[in-house]
Amino acid sequence: MSDMTMTVSGGSGAEEALRFHVAEDHHPENATLLGFWLYLMSDCLIFACLFAAYGVLGREYAGGPSAKEVLELPIVALNTTLLLLSSITYGFAVLEMQQNRRGPMMAWLIVTWFLGAGFISLELTEFMHLVSIGAGPGRSAFLSSFFTLVGTHGLHVTSGLIWMIVLLVQVGKKGLIPANKRRLMCLSMFWHFLDVVWVGVFSFVYLMGVLS
Amino acid sequence: MTFHSPDLGKLIFGRLTLDDIPYHEPILIFTFLGVAIGAIAVLGAITYYRKWGYLWSEWFTSVDHKKIGIMYIVLALIMLLRGFADALMMRGQQAIAFGAHEGYLPAHHYDQIFTAHGTIMIFFVAMPFITGLINFVMPLQIGSRDVAFPFLNNFSFWMTVSGAVLVMASLFIGVFARTGWLAYPPLSELPASPDSGVDYWIWGLQIAGVGTTLSGINMIATIVKMRAPGMTMMKMPIFTWTALLANVLIVAAFPVLTATLALLALDRYAGTHFFTNDLGGNYMMYVNLIWVWGHPEVYILVLPAFGVYSEVTSTFSRKRLFGYASMVYATVVIAVLSYLVWLHHFFTMGSGASVNSFFGITTMIISIPTGAKIFNWMFTMYRGRIVYDVPMLWVVAFIVTFVIGGMTGVLLAVPPADFELHNSLFLIAHFHNVIIGGVLFGMFAGVNYWFPKAFGFRLDPFWGKVSFWFWVVGFYFAFMPLYWLGLMGVTRRLRHFDDPSLQIWFEIAAFGAILILIGIAAMIVQFAVSILHRDKLRDTTGDPWHGRTLEWSTSSPPPPYNFAFTPQVHDIDTWWQMKQYKWRRPVEGFLPIHMPKNTGTGVYLAVLSLIFGFAMVWYMWLIAAISFVALLAVAIHHTFNYDRDYYIPADEVGRVETARAGA
Amino acid sequence: MSMKTLRGLLLLALATALTGCHTVLMSPSGDVARQQRDLIITSFILMMLIVVPVIVATLVFAWRYRASNQKAHYDPEWDHSTIVELMIWSAPLLIIIALGAITWVSTHKLDPYRPLDRLGPGRVVTVDTKPLEVDVVALDWKWLFIYPEQNLAVVNELAAPVDRPIHFNLTASSVMNSFFIPALAGQIYAMPGMETTLQAVINHPGDYWGMSANYSGAGFSYMNFTFHGMSEGDFAKWVAQAKSHGDTLDQAAYAVLEAPSERNPVQFYGSVAPGLYRSILNRCVQPGPSCMNMLRVPDSGGGGEASVSSESHAAMPMAHPQ
Repeated sequence: MSDMTMTVSGGSGAEEALRFHVAEDHHPENATLLGFWLYLMSDCLIFACLFAAYGVLGREYAGGPSAKEVLELPIVALNTTLLLLSSITYGFAVLEMQQNRRGPMMAWLIVTWFLGAGFISLELTEFMHLVSIGAGPGRSAFLSSFFTLVGTHGLHVTSGLIWMIVLLVQVGKKGLIPANKRRLMCLSMFWHFLDVVWVGVFSFVYLMGVLS
Repeated sequence: MTFHSPDLGKLIFGRLTLDDIPYHEPILIFTFLGVAIGAIAVLGAITYYRKWGYLWSEWFTSVDHKKIGIMYIVLALIMLLRGFADALMMRGQQAIAFGAHEGYLPAHHYDQIFTAHGTIMIFFVAMPFITGLINFVMPLQIGSRDVAFPFLNNFSFWMTVSGAVLVMASLFIGVFARTGWLAYPPLSELPASPDSGVDYWIWGLQIAGVGTTLSGINMIATIVKMRAPGMTMMKMPIFTWTALLANVLIVAAFPVLTATLALLALDRYAGTHFFTNDLGGNYMMYVNLIWVWGHPEVYILVLPAFGVYSEVTSTFSRKRLFGYASMVYATVVIAVLSYLVWLHHFFTMGSGASVNSFFGITTMIISIPTGAKIFNWMFTMYRGRIVYDVPMLWVVAFIVTFVIGGMTGVLLAVPPADFELHNSLFLIAHFHNVIIGGVLFGMFAGVNYWFPKAFGFRLDPFWGKVSFWFWVVGFYFAFMPLYWLGLMGVTRRLRHFDDPSLQIWFEIAAFGAILILIGIAAMIVQFAVSILHRDKLRDTTGDPWHGRTLEWSTSSPPPPYNFAFTPQVHDIDTWWQMKQYKWRRPVEGFLPIHMPKNTGTGVYLAVLSLIFGFAMVWYMWLIAAISFVALLAVAIHHTFNYDRDYYIPADEVGRVETARAGA
Repeated sequence: MSMKTLRGLLLLALATALTGCHTVLMSPSGDVARQQRDLIITSFILMMLIVVPVIVATLVFAWRYRASNQKAHYDPEWDHSTIVELMIWSAPLLIIIALGAITWVSTHKLDPYRPLDRLGPGRVVTVDTKPLEVDVVALDWKWLFIYPEQNLAVVNELAAPVDRPIHFNLTASSVMNSFFIPALAGQIYAMPGMETTLQAVINHPGDYWGMSANYSGAGFSYMNFTFHGMSEGDFAKWVAQAKSHGDTLDQAAYAVLEAPSERNPVQFYGSVAPGLYRSILNRCVQPGPSCMNMLRVPDSGGGGEASVSSESHAAMPMAHPQ
């Protein structure tokens, strides 16, 4: 204790005036968007692993069909269009949200939902077709990594769709209160993130698979 | 499907049959009886004293970071007992299984034990210890009232508990993995490991991993957004710095583990071919991925321990930390480099010389910042006034032990040397040397250091010292012989030996393990004695060690809101400076404090995850589906609750603060 | 007591490494293992240059600046010194530069894929020296050694003439193992569907202990074998004796052998079906789905670490052997 007191520094007048607490109400900034962004980065790493797995295994056909044989660009082009469009419509929804216009916001969200659902239906159709011709995920390492990468993205879109319904209900009940706006922004980040990932999937898996 | 269908049993019970209950294994029966009696005693006591309501409303559903931190450490200590029991059994087996004597553990048991030991010690002892300390200390150090996402924090904790429970369940229902703690395929693939073992491992880690990742995100957001005004990055306490970097590593590494486990699970459940021998699978990819997670994991564990040593050294040397900036840079460099070294775990898998030397040299480079840190601690002691309370004893033991462990680590980083030492007991000695000497010693220092903050009374120093000496001496007895055995060419995970000349060394190691057992027992006695004598050990100042950072400015234990007024920071050692300026705690002008409400949702979600994981392990598809849907429903239901916070009224704050001033 | 104990232990470790003593790693019988031993000792001494002063200084500071020693200088604000900081970063840096250089050179020199250029200190391998070829297969839970030149195979016993380079090719039937004869050379993994290589030479006749160094399942603890270093004459006798066993290791015999078993006795096969090792490596001994490995399209590269990063030495087999 004596150690503690013996070294009080010279204590000029200015230093004596140091304030050591905030007398008024102090509220730290809301961290939700940062936290959600961090989550997206961690999710991005999961996709990075799946891309890496596809990179390693994407040519391991094991006597089964090759990427060129099973992937059909026209369907995927349509698919991609739907998803990109849905990102734009979500953008419109956010613009309406900022104007506090609940009705149009919800309308754009519903449009987004249908575009997303269209994407998922097309993807499921593609998957069912592949399985029916004997090109299921167990056929070869290529197909395992293909189904897992594309399927994980699809699962994310599906959770996005469920989340969108939940938010529609919540906005319908509570209106555009700050908590709901924050959630809409998180879903917006999520949705655009999935778009970016899909661009990667489209180029890396489909384009390169079919063109090589 | 009708209810008379014979498939119904299969649908509900999956592949679980009565034969999976090991009632014919005496060791497990006794273990089970022990656990059951202990559990009944504890649960009975809680019921008798009518503490369920208290536990539920004050602890289980609490979103208070301090309580969650304490619960994490309780989990770590409980799991330490299990992990250490495994260690004792292994030491016992290896000390007697020579020549014609087979020992008492058949391969079926022994192989589960070493797998469980590694898994439990890393995921359910070291990790909860780290997360617990960070949870308890970091928000206090940065002058915050809680973490950024208090509910998420509670949820993360319970997910970790669920993972631990699932791993423990394998003891009495079915088997645990017999693959080694990282479950390399092809051994962990269905053809070589068809039973429930690897599935327990996968789901246990997967569930706990969700908690870990979310907690990492939470802690980063807290440190970035919730520091007290004036606390710039370079004025953050050093423990908070290490906590930040450890959590950055968590968020950047655990998703890789999640993905890798998911791919292994797909191979086992859906018949894919990621890591199989056939149809194009590539198990080398697993080995790479798992170590891309695994090596940063080592630094996730050790960085916060480094933070503890820094805090303890400067507090007990009564001196500012030497080289704060270089300490921070060293930590950052270590964190970055930890991603560039993973291949050193498998130099012997046939990589070329250039690849091997690259990873060998990057590994060695890590020793430069680590060395700098050691020097910084040394020079913090230099010209200090070192008080040898229990936490400081651990620091000195750490420096000496860790330097030895670090040295053998660098030795292993030389690829041609590693060809001889890989998988040998030399390696085992090395990583226990750094994980016990580095991480665990740090956690013990931290527990002794912050215990009075958490509970308002100190831990008994006598039993603390007894525990310290038995642990440290036991450690040297237990692991120095392993270095020697490694040089004798003995490799790991063997349960029987032919060469009788090895036996003496294993006996010495077993003796060391018994000393550690006494050390652990002394630690339990320390807790008991301290609780009994809590009035004698009471700390009324809130600052029993003459601390330097903000956590010591609060009362012990701190009030739920931590700080009645948010601190204003001017220096790294804020509290030290406040004391020098004779700061007086304000006794008036209190404002209502905004606080998060407790919720049981975290517990519900974790219990449902546990059921889901268990159902998946046993192929109980119906239960798995139901629990998964329930999980989703509870999560969604939780989002409909907008009433998540409340205000502590100003006069209530005033009452608490005045009570403290009177003490 | 602790300080002394710790220092004592450290000195013991130092003395141990320096004197060599009797541990197999410190007194090996093969040139590769010997060079690896020398490397361990060199690195150890190099690190002692910094480790010993650090430990000593820590203990000295810890003692000297104890609170009860009021004579020691106390300076609670002293937290920075450019000179000291420069020193604490550069001292480890210098050691690591030295060690890094040693690592780079020795890793290339002792690369298990690189053909030997010496049999021992000052004994150069001549151009016309033909290494002894041995194909190693790790099975559950025993070792199969195939001698292609001699056309014989042995389970759980290995022999080689002294001072003749040995060229091991290694693979496994089902899971990972690691082939390790501590007296001969460092270990290398044996992995299914992949091939690794080890070059080594034994310099002294004798019986040495070999094992699997990577856990591979229930029978792992018994996956040991004896490695005989023999004179040329003794080796010829050993070969002749092995050849005298009538059994042939063909597809059917391999199928029997491959089934998991523990504590297998030494077993000789006087002849081996041609191409057997290649088909084990290709996972094509039994026709079946695994064999479709070979049906991949021709543009496909090699498999994992073993084949890709080992530069040109090893490669995933491409052609069907039969």
